[in-house]
Amino acid sequence: MAEKLKIGIYWAASCGGCEIGILEIGDKLLDLIEVADLVFCPCILDFKYDDVRAMPDGYIDVCLFNGGIRNSENQEIAELLREKSKVMVAYGSCASEGGIPALGNLFSTDDLLKRAYTTETTDNPVGIIPGPGHSVEEGELHLPTVHDRVRRLSDVIDVDYFMPGCPPTEIQTWAVIQAVASGNLPPKGSKVGVGDKSVCDECDRERRGVKIKKFFRPHEIIAEDGWCLLEQGILCLGSATRSGCEARCIDANMPCRGCYGAAGESKDQGAAMLSAVGSMLAADSIEKAEEIVKSMVDPAGTTYRFGMAESMLVRHFPERGQG
Amino acid sequence: MASFEPRIVAFLCNWCSYTGADLAGTSRKKYNANVVAIRVMCSGRVDPEFVFRAFEKGADGVLICGCHPGDCHYIDGNHKTAGRYPMVRNMLEQFGIDPKRFRLEWVSASEGDRYAQVVNETIETVRALGPLEWPKRLNESDTASPA
Amino acid sequence: MSKPRVGVFVCHCGSNIGSIVDVPAVAAFATGLDNVVYAQEHKYMCSDPGQEMIRDAIKEHQLNRVVVASCSPLMHEPTFRKTCDEAGLNGYLFQMANLREQVSWVTEDKAAATEKAKVVVRAAVQRVADHTELHTTTKPCTPATLVIGGGVAGIEAALQLASSDTKVHLVEREPSIGGAMAKFDKTFPTLDCAACILTPKMVQAYTHPNITVHAYSEVVDLSGYVGNFQAKIHHKASYVNNEKCTGCGACLQKCPVKRVPHEWEQNLMNRRAIYTPFAQAVPNKPVIDAQHCTMLLKGKCGICAKVCEAGAIEYDQAPEGTYETIDIGNVIVATGMKTFDPTPMKALGYGRIPDVYTALEFERMCHASGPTEGHVVKKTNGVLTHGGAAPKAVALVHCVGSRDKNYNEHCSRVCCMYSLKYAHLIKEHVPGCEVYDFYIDMRCAGKGYEEFYNRLLREDVRFIRGKVAEVNNWAIYPEEEGRLVVRVEDTLVGTTRRIPVDMVVLATGLEPAEGAKALAQTLHMSCSNDGFYLERHPKLAPVSTATEGIFVAGCCQSPKDIPDSVAQGAAAAAQAIAMIKRGTVEIEPTTAHVLEELCSGCQICIPLCPYDAISRDEERRLAVIEPAKCKGCGTCVGACPSSALQQWGFDDKQIYAEIDGILANA
Repeated sequence: MAEKLKIGIYWAASCGGCEIGILEIGDKLLDLIEVADLVFCPCILDFKYDDVRAMPDGYIDVCLFNGGIRNSENQEIAELLREKSKVMVAYGSCASEGGIPALGNLFSTDDLLKRAYTTETTDNPVGIIPGPGHSVEEGELHLPTVHDRVRRLSDVIDVDYFMPGCPPTEIQTWAVIQAVASGNLPPKGSKVGVGDKSVCDECDRERRGVKIKKFFRPHEIIAEDGWCLLEQGILCLGSATRSGCEARCIDANMPCRGCYGAAGESKDQGAAMLSAVGSMLAADSIEKAEEIVKSMVDPAGTTYRFGMAESMLVRHFPERGQG
Repeated sequence: MASFEPRIVAFLCNWCSYTGADLAGTSRKKYNANVVAIRVMCSGRVDPEFVFRAFEKGADGVLICGCHPGDCHYIDGNHKTAGRYPMVRNMLEQFGIDPKRFRLEWVSASEGDRYAQVVNETIETVRALGPLEWPKRLNESDTASPA
Repeated sequence: MSKPRVGVFVCHCGSNIGSIVDVPAVAAFATGLDNVVYAQEHKYMCSDPGQEMIRDAIKEHQLNRVVVASCSPLMHEPTFRKTCDEAGLNGYLFQMANLREQVSWVTEDKAAATEKAKVVVRAAVQRVADHTELHTTTKPCTPATLVIGGGVAGIEAALQLASSDTKVHLVEREPSIGGAMAKFDKTFPTLDCAACILTPKMVQAYTHPNITVHAYSEVVDLSGYVGNFQAKIHHKASYVNNEKCTGCGACLQKCPVKRVPHEWEQNLMNRRAIYTPFAQAVPNKPVIDAQHCTMLLKGKCGICAKVCEAGAIEYDQAPEGTYETIDIGNVIVATGMKTFDPTPMKALGYGRIPDVYTALEFERMCHASGPTEGHVVKKTNGVLTHGGAAPKAVALVHCVGSRDKNYNEHCSRVCCMYSLKYAHLIKEHVPGCEVYDFYIDMRCAGKGYEEFYNRLLREDVRFIRGKVAEVNNWAIYPEEEGRLVVRVEDTLVGTTRRIPVDMVVLATGLEPAEGAKALAQTLHMSCSNDGFYLERHPKLAPVSTATEGIFVAGCCQSPKDIPDSVAQGAAAAAQAIAMIKRGTVEIEPTTAHVLEELCSGCQICIPLCPYDAISRDEERRLAVIEPAKCKGCGTCVGACPSSALQQWGFDDKQIYAEIDGILANA
């Protein structure tokens, strides 16, 4: 019998959704278990880092690493797993492009920690902000240090394949697992589990060539069925987002949020979206455009919702003399 | 700050603003050497990505010039430029980049004077803002300051 | 693709570039750039030896990319593209660096200019490495020309075109062709009767088998591309069937609505609701003014139809008129001008004090078929008729609305001459009348013009150098009672003066015609700051525009006299004929194209194209671009969120390279 594939699944700065995404392959799990062993998966099985350190290099056939690199532990384990894995897959949007945690890159870490630990939703009368080290009578306690920004997995280690999605759909997950199992893999560095086009290719809504007069957040209007959401003023990122997800969100009447990353050859998802949307306004002057854009809430957060870690623009902090 | 010479990239449309810029030259209007122009056929060709890339590569300011609305050689290419402009400006502001570094102006083929004036104004505005220090983005593991 | 081998050629342009930019340093700098295998400087790169040098270098050094750092691409890009083609290198593997108009001519500091020149060259070198071979497309040229405007320039153009057997469509928005010149009495300096020299040409144009005159019509849309335009003409409703109308004039005499101010006569006379603008109108077919015709307004009357033996009156014509689309290869715009309305210049009293006239009003007064049958007389009870009293003194005021920062800065070129003409006509019509000519300068630059001025000097005209400050009717001295007073500083004498006169003629300047701006937008033409149409080059290309296939002639381009208008009409015709004789046009290849493997059919690009060049292939769910319709603006390319659209010659890679090249050592 052929040796079973050894699979590792690790979560860095993530939400756990990717593990669920993998489980979503459903009864195909039984097929998976026939051909593969899970040799490291802290989410559902009890493994320690020392177990990984004890593995020979390249021991893991394929590691599905999800989550972004937020702190020193994430980086350390990423580097460790790189040594121990033959094929490293940046699984999910966070590992591929930064994901939701990377939205924090618009703020300084100081601001993030203060917001999490000392504002209205946190009961912290003494105002303690966690730090990397603390002395107790038993000795020194250490926590991983929080980095100044969230980075992609590929920013810290060499990544073989990228699988965007929040999470990747189970169809794509199964397809990639099959590809790995059969050895039929595309060139190193490719995006896998994705389509060739943008989400518009998979979307059934019709375009009417209508210009946008105002933007709406999804809860502000009831979108008309069958008609392109973007033309109705709802910021759907589908045209600037890679296909492969069957446009499930749009089918559920929610605008595409861009989790599959930039489409085509575009280098920056946010810029791509602004290119398109800016061209669709019912404006023939800067003044009219400004009026319409007033209703566009948080362009950076919306268009870089998943790809902030790979945006061309970097946050400048005026208090550090930048900007 | 007295020695800071801003680097500004300008995107000029062939029919109006590039011609207007040439007219500034023919009329021997003077402006500082900080602005280098890239010619495109229409200001509508200017993708926001060009603007981001220019800043990323070291520009302290970016200027786009197009035809006045209504006069676009291609009818309404400049309307699209106008549409993209406030969005790009807001985006820059969210990233902490002073939006005054990015400017869109309408300059017609016969406005050589105006081109020189716009250029000089832009240079001084950006000069007052200082150089755009671009933070390093990769392999940086600055730690958060302790509580 | 083989590695780029770039040749850089830096031009001194005499001292235009060389005296500010250190050209040898720039050439040396270029040698050190990636991909540059050869760099050379020359005094005049566009000269034959200069071009020879480029051709030789291409062959000798196997150059596959060329950068010429000299003047603006708007000046010489076609020149150097041709140079490359002649040396066997595709002309689009070439980029110009503008070191003159945008570096040496605008930068004071030589060191800064040289540094900027280096940056510009570096950007061009980096960009050209990404250029690909491109080829123009040859398309047939429709052998027909549209002439917009039936004044003397338009008529001349039409006649020249027609004599070359080119089909001409002459569109005129008034009921008759003839333009401004038809309103003149005599023309300077020969004092030819305007109608006598113009009407034969008008008739010739109207009857020429190659010319179709569309009178009382306007061009409302122009689509297509050079050599293959479609123009939409709006034929206004005249309520007269021109095929049936014999021009007998019976309707003109019987129409009971008699008191409509006659615009053509400068509102100094009345016309009827059915009218022709003037007796020698061509076509000599009346039109009904729907704003004043009782039949069209109230459904009563119908007298003109009753007296029309030819049955040519058609009250049931669609009030919005009809539309016609024609195919043409090129367009000549000869829409003329309007004269300045001096009402805002309150100090001159126009519209407030009787007997202060504009130039065109006075022109009509002198004309035998005008309001006074050619008599120069004052108004009687506010009305101008031939029985009025003759003036004893007339003032001619130069530069009204011209050379004036408050109104128009330009000089209108013809006013000095026509003021001299009026001086002569007044002396002729009213023997013994004093004529005071108030001038700032006397501009008599044409053939026979200075001689005409000398003649007037001997005709006892009083020339006073001074800008008239005020015209009023407040008498202070006895000799001013009941008369007008001109107040002026007589600069040659050095004192202010009050000069009593009975009539003042204001030399009103020339401005862009009514609707000029709207027509420019329809045709996608540019206007200069003064509102006249922008020529391609003020010295070397005065009758062509930046838009291929569209030419201008006459006063619509800038104020000028009749000889120059005629010359420009002929010049524009020559250019149009050249294109048609060649039979083909070359279409620039810098169009947009779709990278099908990246296009997901999102359809964002389709409504963006003003020329409908993009459509959707439903089966393949892709965008498709029709290159013939694409004008290469690149707006769709800038909008595509997948970067699936690119523009030949201006694609993302090339522009990134240029950006990077500018900022390389930032």
